[in-house]
Amino acid sequence: MTNLVDIPKVNAKNMTEKEFFYGHKACAGCGGSVAVRLALKVLGERTYTALPAGCMSAVGFIYPQMAFNTNAVITTFPGSASMASGIAAGAKALGQKDVKTVVFAGDGGTADIGFQALSGMIDRNDDVLYICYDNEAYMNTGIQKSGLTPYGTKTTTTPAGKNIPGTVTHKKNLFEIIAAHDIAYAATASIGYPQDYLNKVNKAKHIKGATFIHVYASCPTGWGTPTETSIEIAKDAVDCGLIFLAEFEDGEYKLNRNPKEFAPVKDYLKKQGRFKHMTDEDMDVVIENRDRKWSRMRKQWL
Amino acid sequence: MNRPKHTEFKFPTHIDDYPTGPQYTAGYLPETNAGWRTFRPVVDHDACVYCLRCYLLCPDGTIIKDNGVIKIDMDYCKGCGVCAHECPKDAIEMVKE
Repeated sequence: MTNLVDIPKVNAKNMTEKEFFYGHKACAGCGGSVAVRLALKVLGERTYTALPAGCMSAVGFIYPQMAFNTNAVITTFPGSASMASGIAAGAKALGQKDVKTVVFAGDGGTADIGFQALSGMIDRNDDVLYICYDNEAYMNTGIQKSGLTPYGTKTTTTPAGKNIPGTVTHKKNLFEIIAAHDIAYAATASIGYPQDYLNKVNKAKHIKGATFIHVYASCPTGWGTPTETSIEIAKDAVDCGLIFLAEFEDGEYKLNRNPKEFAPVKDYLKKQGRFKHMTDEDMDVVIENRDRKWSRMRKQWL
Repeated sequence: MNRPKHTEFKFPTHIDDYPTGPQYTAGYLPETNAGWRTFRPVVDHDACVYCLRCYLLCPDGTIIKDNGVIKIDMDYCKGCGVCAHECPKDAIEMVKE
């Protein structure tokens, strides 16, 4: 196994000039496309890219346009991980050594629909990097609730009104579900902390076997935020503690960011159209859930 | 070639002109995104310190590193304004088209 401490860091100054996700039709200010673009710049040209139905396949493959500059394929919605397994097995059979297979799936394609294929892929420990860009709903089909939609979000399937305050369930704890497979490497990241994200993709690139990165990516269209604040919102989510940056390696959890004090959750929620309707009581539910989660994480992981 | 360029689309006239898969070859871009833009980024090169934060965070990858100077590919810039908002020196201004 490669010594992961000695791998050269990739940053804005030394990363490749080549663009592997260019000329796509994603909405202006799309956070998911930042995640895909940066990951492909770290992984390089010799990458097999598999994408299930979702925003990034919808905006990249508009016939006759082809925005991916790597080998890329659209998979079935539930089968992206199994298809990537097949690609990795094919690459191995052909004796290709310096290639990597990567999946870019949304939160729905990972936590809900594509989950059993992903679980199987990790179980078989196929040489695939699975990146889930989490924009917290099915954005491509018009903002429906997914398993990773947080409490209080207004979506078209959980409209806010007299009866319910938007989504009534909390965000699924995907990172720990993946870690429970005893995976070689899993991490959470946010496009608001791009260097941290690049380091994690770089680390996963050098690990042979199944790896998983859960990256928080904003969606101006679905969240009701101005296009220019995409990165700021993704950073705010980490600062107020609703999203955590952590790694799972060699059976150990590691918190990358453990702030003494959180930024106000209410400011973060009030910036977004999807949370506009929330009352103070609803916000207290969000804060209470965050505190419970953090006290458990601090107790068990530190 | 660092980034794909805009290529003119030729309508296939023979079966051999069609791609073998559901897409053309990688980086085949017959359409630009310039028409999406309402505001256009303008770089103040004197204020720019070349920190490359805009280069890192542009969702479309349209910022070009050109020998210590930032340039923008206006064919594919959508005018989202992330570069101007994230610039630590406020060296990028969004100007109405």
